[in-house]
This record gives sequence, C-alpha cells and structure tokens, in this order.
Amino acid sequence: MTVPALAGTPLAGTGVLARLAFRRDRIMLPAWVYVITVLIASNSYSLGKLYPTVEARADLAASGGRNPALVFLYGRFWGDSLGAVSAWRYGVWAAIFAALMSIFLVVRHTRADEEAGRLELIGSAAVGRLAALTAALLVAVAATVALTILLVIVLIVVGLPAAGSVAFALAITTCSLAFAAVAALAAQLTSGARTARGIAIGVLGAAYLLRAVGDASGEGGVSWLTWLSPLGWTEFVRPYTQARWWVLALPLALTAAATATAYALAVARDHGAGLLPDRPGRSTASAWLLGAHHRADHWPVGLAWRLQRGTLYGWAAGFAFTFAASGAAAKGIGSLLGGSAQLRNAFTRLGGEAGITDAYLAAIMSLAGLAAAAYATSAVLRLRSEETGGQAEPLLATATSRISWGLSHIAVAVVGTAALLAVAGVAAGLGYGLRTGSAGSEVAQLLGAAMVQLPASLAVAGAAVVLFGLAPRASVAGAWTVVGLVVLIALFGQVLRLSQWILDVSPFAHVPKLPGAAVTLHTTGAPLLWLGLATVALTAAGLAGLRRRDIG
Amino acid sequence: MTNAIEVRGLRKSFGRTQALDGLDLDVRAGEVHAFLGPNGAGKTTTIRILLGLLRKDGGESRLLGGDPWRDATTLHARLAYVPGDVTLWPGLTGGEIIDLLARLRGPGSAVDPKRRQALIERFALDPAKKARAYSKGNRQKVALIAALASDAELLLLDEPTAGLDPLMEAAFRECVNDERHDGRTILLSSHILSEAEALADRVTIIRDGRTAETGTLAEMRHLTRTTVDAELARPAVLDGVPGVHALEVHGTHLRCEVDHAALNDVLGRLTAAGVVALTCRPPTLEELFLRHYSAERTGPGARP
Repeated sequence: MTVPALAGTPLAGTGVLARLAFRRDRIMLPAWVYVITVLIASNSYSLGKLYPTVEARADLAASGGRNPALVFLYGRFWGDSLGAVSAWRYGVWAAIFAALMSIFLVVRHTRADEEAGRLELIGSAAVGRLAALTAALLVAVAATVALTILLVIVLIVVGLPAAGSVAFALAITTCSLAFAAVAALAAQLTSGARTARGIAIGVLGAAYLLRAVGDASGEGGVSWLTWLSPLGWTEFVRPYTQARWWVLALPLALTAAATATAYALAVARDHGAGLLPDRPGRSTASAWLLGAHHRADHWPVGLAWRLQRGTLYGWAAGFAFTFAASGAAAKGIGSLLGGSAQLRNAFTRLGGEAGITDAYLAAIMSLAGLAAAAYATSAVLRLRSEETGGQAEPLLATATSRISWGLSHIAVAVVGTAALLAVAGVAAGLGYGLRTGSAGSEVAQLLGAAMVQLPASLAVAGAAVVLFGLAPRASVAGAWTVVGLVVLIALFGQVLRLSQWILDVSPFAHVPKLPGAAVTLHTTGAPLLWLGLATVALTAAGLAGLRRRDIG
Repeated sequence: MTNAIEVRGLRKSFGRTQALDGLDLDVRAGEVHAFLGPNGAGKTTTIRILLGLLRKDGGESRLLGGDPWRDATTLHARLAYVPGDVTLWPGLTGGEIIDLLARLRGPGSAVDPKRRQALIERFALDPAKKARAYSKGNRQKVALIAALASDAELLLLDEPTAGLDPLMEAAFRECVNDERHDGRTILLSSHILSEAEALADRVTIIRDGRTAETGTLAEMRHLTRTTVDAELARPAVLDGVPGVHALEVHGTHLRCEVDHAALNDVLGRLTAAGVVALTCRPPTLEELFLRHYSAERTGPGARP
C-alpha cells in the first residue's frame, strides 16, 4: 500500500494508517461482520422452518402487512417468497447494525484519535492531513465489501435465489457505506468523539423514524417520507421481488456527497477543532454535582450521574420507542402467528402458556429484561473505563473511599436499570392499551411484568461488579461474555436442548413469565428474593476485591 | 511526629518488573522535599503507594502518622495530589472539576472562593471551558489550582510543571514559596532539576527503585566536586594530581573538576602559574544527577 506518488500530498501515509486501523480492529471488525452475517443467515434459515409453505407465508403477509405496528417496526411487505419475508423481517435491522459498525469504525479512527491526541503524534510524521480520514473510510469500505461477499454466500447456502441475494446484501451494505460517510462528516463537525458518534447515530435514528412513519401511514398518507430515509432505500430495493437495482444508486450518491463534504471541511479546519464551537460551561460546580450531604466519606454520586446520564437518556429513548411499537403489535398477534405452530411454540417457550397475546407480551418483557441487563453491565463497566482512563486516580486521592466510588456508579446502574424497565412497561402498556382501549389496566399490568425483571437484570450486572473487583483486566470481556451467554440461554436454551442446570444458571430462568403466570408469594416472591440476595452477595464480593487490589 | 512521610525498604513489583527495590524516603513536616530520578526510576509508583492506590509488596510506609493503605480515606482528607499525567472528565469544565475535587476531599476542606479566584487569575485559567478543550498545560493548571486552593497539610505533586510554560512555572514557584511560609509540607517529584534546586529544602535522588542519595543540597555538595575554570599566564601541570577529574587543557585555558580535599592544593598550583581569570562554582543538580545516572552505566551489569 506504499504509494510513493502520495508522498508530500494530503494523502501521504494513508496506507500505513489503514494498516494500523486493521491491526487495532483485528478482533472487533471481524466480530461485527460475523455477527451480522450469522444473524441474517440463522434467521433466514429459521424463517424457512417456521413458514415452510407458500400458504403459511401468504397468511403472514396478509396479517403482517395489515398490522401497522409491524410495518412500523420492520417495513412494508413486498412478496411472500421466503427471500422476501426474510428481507422484510431482517433487512432494515441488519442495515441498522451494519450502519452502526461503520459509525463506530469511522469515528474511532478519526475524531476519537484526534481528541485523544494520538493523531497529533501521527500528524507530525510525514502524514497528510486527509490521511486519517481516508484510511478510516478505506477500512469501512473493506469491511463493507467483506460483509457483502459473506452475506451473498450464506444467503445462497441457505437456499435463496442468487440474484435476489446479491440485491439483499447490497441493500444492507450500501446503507452501511452511506453511514460511514455520514460518520466521517459528523467527525468534522464537533471536537468531541462522543458528540460525533451521537450525531451520526441521531441521523440513523431519524432515518428509521422517517421510514417507519412513511411505511405505517399507508397509501394516501405520508408514505413518501420513506423515500427520504437511507433505511427506506434498503427496503425499496425489494430484493427477491423484482429487485429494483437502480435504488442502490441512492445510498451510493449519499456516500459520495457526504464524503466530498467531509473532505472539504477536513481540508479547511484546524487540527483538533470542530465546525460547531464548544459551548462554555459553568465556571463553578452546581450543588447537585457536589452532593448535598456533609459526611467525612463522600459519595461522588453527583459525578457518576453527570457522567452517565447522557447514555441513560439515549437508552430510555430507545426503550420507549421499541417497546411502544412492540406493545402496539400485540393486538392481532394471534392471527399473525396463526400460520405457524412453531412460532407459536417459540413465543410460549419464552412467554408462558397462558394465551398467545399474554405469551407475546411476556416474551417482549423478558427481552426488555435482557436489554436492561446489557445497560446495567455497561453502566457498571464505566468504573473500569474511569480507572484505565486515569480519571479515577485523582478522585481516589481525595477522601472518597473506593467503596463509595464503586457504589456511586453502581447506584446509577441500579436506578437506570429500574427506570429503563419502567419505561419499557409503560411504553408497551400504552402501545397495546391505546389500541385495545384499556390503557390504564394494561400499563399497570405490563409495568409489573417489566419490574419483575429487575432482580435478574441486576444479577447479570452483579457479575460485572465481581469481575471488576477481582479480575479487573478481564472485566470488560468477561462481563460482556456473561451478557452474551444469558441472552443465548434465554433465546435458544430450550431449542438447543441444553440440560436444565445450564438453563437454571441464567437469572432470567427464575423470573415469573408475566403477564399470564399466576402471582403468588411462593412462585413470584421467593425467586425474586433469592436473585436479589445473590446480586447483593456478588456486589459485596466485587467491592471487597476492589478494596484489596491495585488501582490502575 | 516530625516526619510527614517515612518510607523504609519499600518494594513493589509488577509481574517480572521490579519497580521499587528497597526505597527509603523521609519528608519532614513543613519542608519542601524534592524527589528526583530519571523516567522509570519509581517516583510515581512510590507516590501511588503513599496514596493507597497501589499495595506495597514489602517494607514500611507511614504517611502523616497513618498507614497509607489502611487509613487511605482519612489521610486523603489531609492531603492534596496532582498527578503527573492529568486526565480530566472531558465533559466537565475546569471550574466544576476544581470544586468537585475540593468537595470530595471532605467537608472541612471547602475551598475559600477568594483564594480560588486568586489562583485562577494567577495561572490565567478559563474555568468555564470544558476539559476536552484544555491543553496539557491547562489540565495541569486545573489540578494544581485544586490542590493549592485546598487547606491540605501535605501536597503530593508528581512532576507538576511538566506542561507549563516558563511564565506559569514562575507562578508555580511563587505559590510553592507561599505554601512553605504557611508551614505546609510538599513532596515534589521531578526530573526538572532547576526546579528542585530553586524550591527544595531537601532532596532525595532515586535510581532503579532505590534511594541513591538524600540530604540538603549543601550536604550533597559536600560529597561532590567543584568545577574550576581558569585562564592562566603560563600552562599549569595538573596531570596526575590526586583529586582532579575531567581535566581539559587548551593552551592557557584550563577546566577541571576537583574534590573538596584537593582544592587547596589545586588552587596553589594555579596561582603559581599566574591566574588571569578564575571561576569556581558548586556543581548544579544536573551534574549531580548525571553522575548518579551515569554511575549506573559504569556499574556492574551495565549496558554498553
């Protein structure tokens, strides 16, 4: 990749930086590509099992295409071939994951490096001012090409038509490419990587909303909104149903336009600066940040809240949106699943036996519990990033004890997890209740169903606390492995016929399946109490470890 | 209790790396003590053990009469610390961080707003800026102002002027001298020797995790040589005179380092040759330091 002709130009050093990026991402990048590929392949395969006949799929198309909540969530129905159903169910969401991969990748190698000062060191070498941006985009293109090839291969292996599979893969990956360019543009606008990531993800969210509203409004409504959204383009390629190849030109045009703008800005701006100015903040700390109590050992809980609140707001918005839509989809779920006995079984496995609607809602609530466990884990792991980032050191050199530092972030994790579950319950209750005209009782019922997940979600985060205290170096990888295993057991444990003791390891195995299951002190209260005690024990062990070990 | 810090035979290893290997350090109450050593000598590790962030493997350490590991929290209420590499929360402003660190030091150590304002002006810091927009020097200033504005009895400063410009370095020196008059104890780790020379009452030099030398600068000079620079009427012969080192002769110009015991003899020989111009000066800390640092290379097991 050494191109002597580039020496002395703004692109000098691009090849070296691209190789550096591949070296730094040699695990993360293949993991993203692998997960997206497996997601699509396994789901296309299982859709084939769930709806094996044309009649079953036609049934699904008829009921699913009429259910505005599902159209809002996934998109419009174009056909009832297996490929078309797969593209409907997973196309938009796979494009979202692929776009997130691009956003994280590009910001990480441009603005995040610049903010941390690493690019300054590189920029002082014989490296052009556009090299980092170009290298990041090259790596994104390489990841996109790899993802496209893998997707085409696995889709054909699953048994879908070749031409449609190429269209499906390109519909997903051109969207991912467009968001790589959007992220490159966002990285020129702000001086902070967090904000740049936020802008790009915000654009992705807006694209989803435009598409969702456009799709759900139906003919005669504002259905043209979908055409404004890159995720709408993914949908409008219509793979497996007389694919419209020309639609692929739209994301490519957006890629070109956003990239050109990013380059124009990058040439003109100062190193380290953004286009949007940094707003000055307070010159003294608020009473809230300092905390109100007067004790010798201070809880830096005001600080922990300040550091974590932005992330929590983002999660809460995502929860509100997702669970309102999922709740709204519950009406008419029975007729939707009518064609598939296996899908019915899948829901009753996750959600219990008491009626298909209750089973569906209970399944949604256990998904809320799993997502909340992921949030709680990330909130606890903030402790580790504060430690490795060096911010913990000056803090622990004050009269703040390690225990109160640890507990302050754990407190944010607990409160945040409870708040997210409450949001999930209320949103699902409103989504379902407003359509059936019983909002009050549904909100109350689903709020309860969401809150019983709390001990299990927190138990997963308890594992993160233990790892942080006792094996800090392994804590990030270890804690996310725990989350992954719990999700795997919850979704596939019974399908994979794992033995009962493995299923019982997951805290979610002990959560009553509400709504639907009978609520008694013995069946509902006792498991939750045990989970709570286990979580307290895990937290205590982790904090004891934190007291004894080296910091840093 | 006259010693703010007492360290004996301190040992700490990270995996196979022996960071501290029997380090001794005494800091008397009320003094400014410079803690000198090349990069990687173990200065920061020592300070982090004194802060209870790291656990020692062996030896003894006392800080303000307490155990730095067991009594960390109570001791921290009485000290302020400036890390060598200051990392701040990018989304908080400098002003917020100054208040926050003061607050976390304990209820009794609230910052006097007048003093806070005076220090902010003295160091020319914009407290309304977010930390991500600060340069290394400005981040350093935030940590320094937070420490100096506190009423802590002990200040632990790890290379505090590393990112400051000469003007700010001068402001820092003034501040340290003010603190000395207020009777505060300061441990100042540094490899900037002129800083230690200008500020410190006593000095500890460490190398490879061990104390190489400790004492006042006067005591250390007693152990060292004087640099002699002379312009003579006639060439003088100092070759082979005991106590004369690093002799350089260019015609009638002569330069050498002389042990204290040999000074009288050498000066006699110079005046006999006719002195035109003469400078004798005590060694700078740079020279002291270089001697200790280079001793490592000529010692047993040295690298070529």
